Amino acid sequence: MTTPTAPTETPAPQAPAADPRLLVRSGGLTGYLDDLRRRLAGGELGSAPVVIGLILIAVIFQSVTGHFLQADNLTNITKYIAGPGLIAVGVVFVLLLGEIDLSLGSVAGVCAAIASVLAVRQGVSEWLAVAAALAAAAAMGALHGLFFARIGVPALVVTLAGMLAWSGLQEYVLGDLGTINNRHDGLIATLDTHFLGDGDIAYAWALAILAPALYLLAQLRTARRRRQAGLTARPTTDIALRAGALAVLALPLAYALNQDRGLPLPLVVLVGVVAGTDFVLRRTAWGRQVFAVGGGIEAARRAGINVARVRISVYMTSATLAGLGGLFIASQQGSADKQLGGGNVLMSAIAAAVIGGTSLFGGRGKTWSALLGILVIQSITTGLDMVHAAQAIQYMITGAVLLAAVVLDSVSRRTRAGAART
Amino acid sequence: MTGAPVLQLRAVSKRFGAVQALTDVDLTVHAGEVLALVGDNGAGKSTLVKTIAGVHPVDEGTITWHGDPVRLTRPQDAQALGIATVYQDLALCDNLDVVANLFLGREKHLRGLLDEVAMEQKARELLDTLAIRIPDVRTPVAALSGGQRQVVAIARALVGEPSVVILDEPTAALGVEQTAQVLDLVERLRTRGLGVILISHNMADVRAVADTVAVLRLGRNNGVFPVAGTTQEQIISAITGATDNAVTRRQARLTQEEDAA
Repeated sequence: MTTPTAPTETPAPQAPAADPRLLVRSGGLTGYLDDLRRRLAGGELGSAPVVIGLILIAVIFQSVTGHFLQADNLTNITKYIAGPGLIAVGVVFVLLLGEIDLSLGSVAGVCAAIASVLAVRQGVSEWLAVAAALAAAAAMGALHGLFFARIGVPALVVTLAGMLAWSGLQEYVLGDLGTINNRHDGLIATLDTHFLGDGDIAYAWALAILAPALYLLAQLRTARRRRQAGLTARPTTDIALRAGALAVLALPLAYALNQDRGLPLPLVVLVGVVAGTDFVLRRTAWGRQVFAVGGGIEAARRAGINVARVRISVYMTSATLAGLGGLFIASQQGSADKQLGGGNVLMSAIAAAVIGGTSLFGGRGKTWSALLGILVIQSITTGLDMVHAAQAIQYMITGAVLLAAVVLDSVSRRTRAGAART
Repeated sequence: MTGAPVLQLRAVSKRFGAVQALTDVDLTVHAGEVLALVGDNGAGKSTLVKTIAGVHPVDEGTITWHGDPVRLTRPQDAQALGIATVYQDLALCDNLDVVANLFLGREKHLRGLLDEVAMEQKARELLDTLAIRIPDVRTPVAALSGGQRQVVAIARALVGEPSVVILDEPTAALGVEQTAQVLDLVERLRTRGLGVILISHNMADVRAVADTVAVLRLGRNNGVFPVAGTTQEQIISAITGATDNAVTRRQARLTQEEDAA
């Protein structure tokens, strides 16, 4: 049953040999492809399905309409995705905890309403109004978090109550008129309409060149540090390939945007927020705690993590992001009104996070999935608009895409459990 | 081969409402000793371990640490002294990789950011000294086998460099080879001079690695035996409280049947 043991002569720890069962990756491109194939077979799909989906959507609509990939259309898509995309980043945070937040649409609406009322009706400086509105959004998130984490009310119910209550507050704040137009050329109006450097082509090019270059440098630095420490590092060819792929994506996009009006501010803000939150989640202790709570509450608690504080901070973060998204939606539509954040805004944001590859089961996901997912949803919407499809068809197709994404998530979860390496 | 007493419990009692879970229990753990704690279900093993881990403060009795009396009222108290507990449910985060799990709540930082390189280096060092083989320290714990998860959980307890480690049924859910791996690891802990408290129902495991067996029965001490020179029957009768019990009757019957055959 057990090994015969002689306690007095316990074998000295042997030199650490590599586990013979560990598959060694061969170098170069073949090694990279092998590794990719193995990861896919093991259920680690990453963002592969959604990227393939995006390419398919682009190809289909381009061939049907003939002008889907034109500069002005691409520019419009990047502007439309900012508001819902920021809300979707907030959704990713709560999904990482394995929870849900149904109030984010209403929070976006209230935030836009507060900013507009302060700026337009009360004559407060717009910067101050925006700051106050975002602080209010954070406070709403803190309230949800308190009820959920400290009192133990299920998050679904707390945020459902929040959804109703905050949309009531939104109407109350807006008052009888119900619609407040943005101040002409004010801060909120500019969020959507501004192009960096007023359309100077240098900005788009700079971003398209700097992003892959910075990625390359950061990765090379990490690889060098890991090699110096005697750890396995990502091969240089691999890093070069990734940076190259990023450049192949970014440069044509920059070219297309420059054909139109240049680099839109909403795109910069969304990408900046996504990259920033991704960095925070991966590289800080707080980010690690968020993943830990999403992966196992008991394990996190025993590791000394203050689970309640992590939960409250996550709800605050997601509400603040939703509030920012609300400001961008207000900027987009030219006014803050009673409908802002209602309808299917929240559902699109949740769908975007899931389509992008963030798991509904908690502990797995990236904020980049919000960007990818909202791109898919907006591309479908824009494309169907271009072929004059009815709204009914749009909903059905988006629904089908969402279902496909969730099925993929569930199946890959099962595959991953099955492919557990022993 | 065992060193000085590290942890001593004297006349420890614990009540839960009307239930007297522990009555005047004594327990001594030495450095470099594997102490098996055995007893039937409900004998008080878990309660005793939880008093040591600081989960349940004792009602009466004293606990001394290197000869000094201490009060353990919170899990943090025990951890601060150097008592690490590996519970049966392991408490690992499935979605995090081995390195992240080992350092969860104790991350290393460099300029305010997580220092993955330093953590991975330390993790490899720790796993190597314990001769633990994990295919890749960057695989999520969900992808590991039961035995690997168990050794990761034990290694995690060692990151804080404790002097006493409590293992709650570490081999309960494991196969033959994985059990052997965990028992090897227990022996390595002893070689490193740690005191190990091993809770187990498996007599074969107990006899394989333990130096001393402490038996609990109905919340009281029912004998402390050195493993060498004690038969399994003696331990079992101490656990069940009699030489005439279901286990001995079954064995007698089997022997009779064998004889008859």
